[in-house]
Amino acid sequence: MKNSDISEKITIHTILIVGSFIMVLPFIWMFLTSIKSLAVSMQIPPVIFPKEIIWKNYVDVWNKLPFSQFYINTILLVLFRVLFAITLCSMAAYSFARIKFPGRDLIFMIVLIQLMIPSQLFIIPQYLIVVKLAWLNTIKALVLPGIVNAFGTFLLRQFFLSLPAELEEAGILDGCNRWQLYWKIMMPLAKSGLVALSIFTAIYAWKDLLWPLVVNMSIEKMPLSAGLANLQGQYTTNYPQLMAGSIFAITPMIILFFFFQKQFIQGIATTGSKN
Amino acid sequence: MAKGNKEDISVSPQTMQRSKKNWNKKAIDYAWGYFMIAPTIIGLLILNIWPLIQTMYLSLCKLSGFGSAKFIGFDNYIKMFHDKELLKTILNTVEYTILSVPIAVVLSLILAVLLNTNIKYKFIYRTLYFIPVVSTPAAIAMVWKWLMNYDYGLINYILSIFKIDGPNWISDPKFALFSLVIVGVWSCLGYNMVILLAGLQEIPKTFYEAAEIDGAKSINKFFLITIPMVSPTLFFVVITTLMSSLQIFDLIFMMIGNTNPALPNVQSLVFLFYRYSFFISNKGYGSAIAILLFMIIMIFTLIQLLFQKKWVHYE
Repeated sequence: MKNSDISEKITIHTILIVGSFIMVLPFIWMFLTSIKSLAVSMQIPPVIFPKEIIWKNYVDVWNKLPFSQFYINTILLVLFRVLFAITLCSMAAYSFARIKFPGRDLIFMIVLIQLMIPSQLFIIPQYLIVVKLAWLNTIKALVLPGIVNAFGTFLLRQFFLSLPAELEEAGILDGCNRWQLYWKIMMPLAKSGLVALSIFTAIYAWKDLLWPLVVNMSIEKMPLSAGLANLQGQYTTNYPQLMAGSIFAITPMIILFFFFQKQFIQGIATTGSKN
Repeated sequence: MAKGNKEDISVSPQTMQRSKKNWNKKAIDYAWGYFMIAPTIIGLLILNIWPLIQTMYLSLCKLSGFGSAKFIGFDNYIKMFHDKELLKTILNTVEYTILSVPIAVVLSLILAVLLNTNIKYKFIYRTLYFIPVVSTPAAIAMVWKWLMNYDYGLINYILSIFKIDGPNWISDPKFALFSLVIVGVWSCLGYNMVILLAGLQEIPKTFYEAAEIDGAKSINKFFLITIPMVSPTLFFVVITTLMSSLQIFDLIFMMIGNTNPALPNVQSLVFLFYRYSFFISNKGYGSAIAILLFMIIMIFTLIQLLFQKKWVHYE
């Protein structure tokens, strides 16, 4: 190896390590703050590693706000959004990609319209629907705007279009009807597309703040994101406790990410390339 | 639409014979087609298309609380021209976008290019850069607010070591927008990087080998091969970053908040939309702001589409 190659590699590693440090530092600081007492967290110069580790912040935050309920609400929200995305989007996507029915391209415009318009334009009427149904402060209200997913329909349609037609022809010769072609032949082949869509939908639902703030003001029905906003509203300056709450809120998704890194990263890369 | 795709398998030459049986088959096929799109289309009509029309109508109405809407024509839009707060908010949103999009795109491209080189432990870096993407923005906003705290924040402490008097990142109107840009860029780097990296990996190695034989330097290879080849992906990243920047809300809601003196200098259109629609409960004006946001997004997107011809190369 040439000397210039080695120095180039050292430069690249140095830049990437500094970058990694900047990316990770806030999380480290979040954790370190969460195990300090309030007094230690406000010392100048800042104490990096506290002499005495305080786990009490976690207990206090857990007792102050219904975190177990936040978890349940968030899991239900993510679960239902993903289930709806996988079933309804794939059905519609298959039909748009593979069945040539009259008016198909015109109807597909409806999907494209939703895709292009910022979600804020739907929020007030969607909120009024929730009010009319008397669904305020329910899980149903949280899930509602995600029942149909134009992005997912578009993504999976592209995916189905890219699969060779021969696969289906064999099924037709065997006398499969459309549902069997979709469910038994195409769905298993679309696994990577479905995984990508699930991950994308899950991250999106997990992070969403505006909609939960609008429909679920009752603390028992908040997901983690809105719960954290509420925590900050109540305990503005007790950073050790706020950081403990933040750790509660980010850990499950980060653990999932560490376990399914390949799927997460490929999934996100797919959503980019398919557009 | 993809050509050469035998979408209409059922209409292959054999089945074209006009026997009644085959016509039935086609009708059944159509029925399946409509049946399978029905849930999505009905959902979109109820949850998106009808609300879209309603928002347009509400923007022409005065409506407070749960009371019925009263049609007032273009009053909400006329009011906008005299609303200094709104004009400032438009400027804030545009300024935030113009600052954060180029920084975010350039930094994530640099990272992607570095990660696309032949080095070890790539996957570790990739994982670390991606963590913010899977973290709740509410939590991210809080920890940055703490890091940027004027009195006890780590950042100002580090600056003080270098004898720099750190600013009040969050409450100083001159710095608050800049602070939001830092956090916004930091949050989206990993996402953009992963997408760009996928684009970079599709560039055939032979292109670079040929350039090396011709004696091209790294910097030339970057501008003559990498950029043109990755430009469709880069364009996608620019558009998505642009859209999300114009719609910034979470960070302002969590980091700045309603009582902060810097709020008028940083609040975004979505934040103002939220305040009018659900705090002040003036949903008519809120709807008008949403329509305005849409028009601004359209303008930015159109500009991008026009510029696209100059630098995006599709194969």
